[in-house]
Amino acid sequence: MIEALRFEFMQNALLAGFLVSLACGIIGSYVVVKRMVFVSGGIAHAAYGGIGLGYFFGFEPILGAVIFALGGAWAMGAAQQHRRERTDTLIGVLWALGMAIGIILIDMTRGYKADLMGYLFGSILAIPRTDLWIMAGLDIAIVAVTVLFFKEFLAVSFDETFARVAGVPVAAVNLILLSLIALSVVMMMRVVGLIMVIALLTIPAAVAGRFVRDLGRMMILATALGFVFTLGGLWLSHAWDLTSGAAVILVAGAAYMLSLLRRRTDAAGAPSG
Amino acid sequence: MTEEPSRPEVIVLRDLWAGYGGAPVLESVDLTVLEGDFIGIVGPNGGGKTTLIKVLLGLLVPARGSVRILGRPPAEGRDRIGYVPQHVEYDLDFPIRVWDAARMGRLRNRGLFRRYTREDDDRVEEALREVGMIDLRFRPMGGLSGGQRQRVYVARALAMDAPILLLDEPTASVDPHASTGMYELLRELNDSVTILMATHDVGAISTYVKTVGCLNRHLHYHGGSQITPEMLEQAYHCPVDLIAHGVPHRVFPEHTHGGDQE
Repeated sequence: MIEALRFEFMQNALLAGFLVSLACGIIGSYVVVKRMVFVSGGIAHAAYGGIGLGYFFGFEPILGAVIFALGGAWAMGAAQQHRRERTDTLIGVLWALGMAIGIILIDMTRGYKADLMGYLFGSILAIPRTDLWIMAGLDIAIVAVTVLFFKEFLAVSFDETFARVAGVPVAAVNLILLSLIALSVVMMMRVVGLIMVIALLTIPAAVAGRFVRDLGRMMILATALGFVFTLGGLWLSHAWDLTSGAAVILVAGAAYMLSLLRRRTDAAGAPSG
Repeated sequence: MTEEPSRPEVIVLRDLWAGYGGAPVLESVDLTVLEGDFIGIVGPNGGGKTTLIKVLLGLLVPARGSVRILGRPPAEGRDRIGYVPQHVEYDLDFPIRVWDAARMGRLRNRGLFRRYTREDDDRVEEALREVGMIDLRFRPMGGLSGGQRQRVYVARALAMDAPILLLDEPTASVDPHASTGMYELLRELNDSVTILMATHDVGAISTYVKTVGCLNRHLHYHGGSQITPEMLEQAYHCPVDLIAHGVPHRVFPEHTHGGDQE
């Protein structure tokens, strides 16, 4: 693995792994504590429609994915605001509909369909420099918005009713958070593919949540864990010639299972009174 | 009947009807809360206690009638209400410390794009001190008992600097000893704030609150401190067993009731 670092694709892969870990550490923490795992899965799969759109009309598929992911995120956010019940049905429909639109548009596209599999299963070993810049830009945006809205995001995640009564514009704050999830999901698609995005988004945060007891530290630990999982997956993939995205998720999933075995450490000890 | 017209009106409900599209949950509710009141609203589950609170917080628009909080409609007037929610189901895994949860009481004072200030921290510290939770401020919320968690929510409401405290079942899922502690805390706080509290804990509140109302679609409130068997029968549509702590001269008719009043 060390000698592999001489190659630019390996350096790019590591850099991509770090950039993606930052996004999944921060946004993944919100997804886990706010219980939006299924929503995130819906956003990721809806994004495939955008990829199909990009192929069909001959523009950058990632741009199409961003449009569809944002559109899907906003539709789910609106649904959650207006009709409380049956939101999961709508998410399931958007999930499948996005995939269907993508598949049909790609069917209708003539000619060679370059790196289609990359969107489904990830292609961390084939990430060009330009994409790294885009990822870095997205990371900066995610960090900036999170710092700016930290207390509002926390309030809306912890107790939405109280946040509303305390004058927080809950609908707008939720929409901003959903938009960040959409952008993170598209970014992660390059690394593990849309099918496994939910795993990379949630596992580092879920494992971190078993060790720390405040949101800021959860984000930091989740970022570190995400990077470790990516590195481990890359090594596995390099050593045994496996699909890199799947290898990353295998490592992450194994770590999650191990973390379940560990009893939670509560600094507080047993509740009293 | 201890109406003192000299005290200003804090909350005024007139002929209030509210519901969720179907049959009304609240029918023709009239209520006047005066400054310094400590009112306990009892009633069965589904009797409309939570609906009444939603209306007061401006989260549910009433079908009919008027609501005024310090003379303003609820969506505006709720900035004068310190709200303590009912937390039956709580996500014990949520990564947050006592301090950060209590500090949410300052959200209104620090709007978007503004950080909490030293003044906010001082106010949160004072509020946590008042409820006796200051020593546990770095504890994770998930590591607290139900009663301790409720105290943090009271601190969060106090940090809002609101003259009205509105509590939804503050002793739900709290053990009896902690319930007593909570009521005693509220009685102390009542020296400086007006309190309106929904609860199903019929027995205990009669010792602590100043006045009691019974709510089951209709509100039976006469500004008196006595729960009469008639009020309860009207509210619950059946006689209720209750133990009136500290009210030795009242005896209620005995009757079997499968409820949770103890």
